[in-house]
Amino acid sequence: MIRLANVFKEYPRTGMALNDVSFMVAKGEFAFLTGPSGAGKSSILKLIYMDEVPTRGTVWVGGTKSPVSRRSVIAQVRRKLGVVFQDFRLLEDRRIEDNVAFALEVIDTPRERIGPKVSRLLTRVGLASKATNYPRELSGGEQQRVAIARALVNDPFVLIADEPTGNLDDRATRGVFQLLKDINAAGTAVIMATHNLELVRRNEYRVLEINRGQLVFDSAEQAGRAVEPTP
Amino acid sequence: MRLALREAMLAFRRSPLLSGLSVTTIAFSLFAFGLFSLVALNIRSALRSIEERVEIRAFLLDATPVDSIAAMMEELGGRSEVARVEFIDADQALQRARQEMGEFQDVFEAGFLPASLDIRMREGFRDPASVQTLADEVRILPYVEEVRYGADWISKLHRIRNIAAATGIVLGIAFAAVAIIIISASIRMTVLARAQEIAIMRLVGATDAFVRRPFLLDGFAKGVLGGLLALVLTWIAHTVVSRSFIETEFFPARLALLGVVAGALLGTVVSLVSVRRHLRRIR
Repeated sequence: MIRLANVFKEYPRTGMALNDVSFMVAKGEFAFLTGPSGAGKSSILKLIYMDEVPTRGTVWVGGTKSPVSRRSVIAQVRRKLGVVFQDFRLLEDRRIEDNVAFALEVIDTPRERIGPKVSRLLTRVGLASKATNYPRELSGGEQQRVAIARALVNDPFVLIADEPTGNLDDRATRGVFQLLKDINAAGTAVIMATHNLELVRRNEYRVLEINRGQLVFDSAEQAGRAVEPTP
Repeated sequence: MRLALREAMLAFRRSPLLSGLSVTTIAFSLFAFGLFSLVALNIRSALRSIEERVEIRAFLLDATPVDSIAAMMEELGGRSEVARVEFIDADQALQRARQEMGEFQDVFEAGFLPASLDIRMREGFRDPASVQTLADEVRILPYVEEVRYGADWISKLHRIRNIAAATGIVLGIAFAAVAIIIISASIRMTVLARAQEIAIMRLVGATDAFVRRPFLLDGFAKGVLGGLLALVLTWIAHTVVSRSFIETEFFPARLALLGVVAGALLGTVVSLVSVRRHLRRIR
């Protein structure tokens, strides 16, 4: 499904970000990616949605191997996954429903199928009543739900979430996390980078801990170890 | 295509100030280029009308037989560098001299001036060397008494013409370069203003071609609008100058259309380059 095999990532300015990282996330799995800031969590996620290419090693996403041979392959891979960020990345000058519809239009969805699909997605994230609002009229938690709805337009096999609750208060965090759990329960794999150890501890999902560019802990291999707070 | 068209139109509607600024920038840089071209065009046509007067005058002996004159005219007229050969008999020469130098009309008497063959050079052969070569050949023809052409005048004219052409090319390139740079910067601003939109498009799986399309349309529309606006501005400038100072020539329709097409092409190409560069950076 998603597999990193001996992946190294080096940036010209900041040096080695990932150092021989290997793991696999199976179909329908939920995995937390934890570790201190700058440990390499975002680098791993970027490698998965192919915003970056590994310096050495291979990343498998679905059936596609990165580095890809042609740029156009990246677009095809991204149509099979969903990505959400800490800062939501919504288009401020468009209504909620247009933000979601935009993603559908971009992938050439037939016009008659866009409206019903947008309604269905907004209902699924609990925002059907706010379809005609603009992002700035919504709370942070609601905006993240819109971003999740947008990430789901492709019916992805995996949802990649980079600190999705990083900007949210406890209540909103619980809501967004519950949504991610529901999405996972419906069969979509979720890889979620987070600092929120409370959240990690309370849930019995797989934990991948990254430190200084290395995978230092994988709960699937070392069952039983408690997650230590990271500095 | 539908989405691309809508996005391009939305871009105009959502940021009218930025779009208006782009169009105006394009219009004014093309206007500057247009004004310069108009000046160059008028100088060129003025020079051409002077150049048309480049001629060789071969004075003939009094007793030249008509047959020989006809033979000479036929031979000279068939040469590639010759536009036309005209026979001026003594009476016509007198008439012409009286016309050209009115204050001396009483001085000239019948039979005072010889008959001549006036040879006009074809365009491209009006340079001093070509004129002199032909003049030398004409000089040794039978019945030709003397050959005159304004050697000094022709070489001066030729120099002015060359300077005008060189200045035209250099300034033209400079103006075009400035226009391209300004238009690039303005369109680049549009691309940067929509960087987030591009990032989101790429993230949900839009192909590069798809991302580029609205920008190409946007650039094309701005190029056409800018080109048309520049044309109108140039026409206004031309009208004002023609009415108040000196009668000038405007671009022929085909050249005006070419200007607008060039604007459209420039807008499209610059957009393409800007988006390409941007996309290469963001993967």
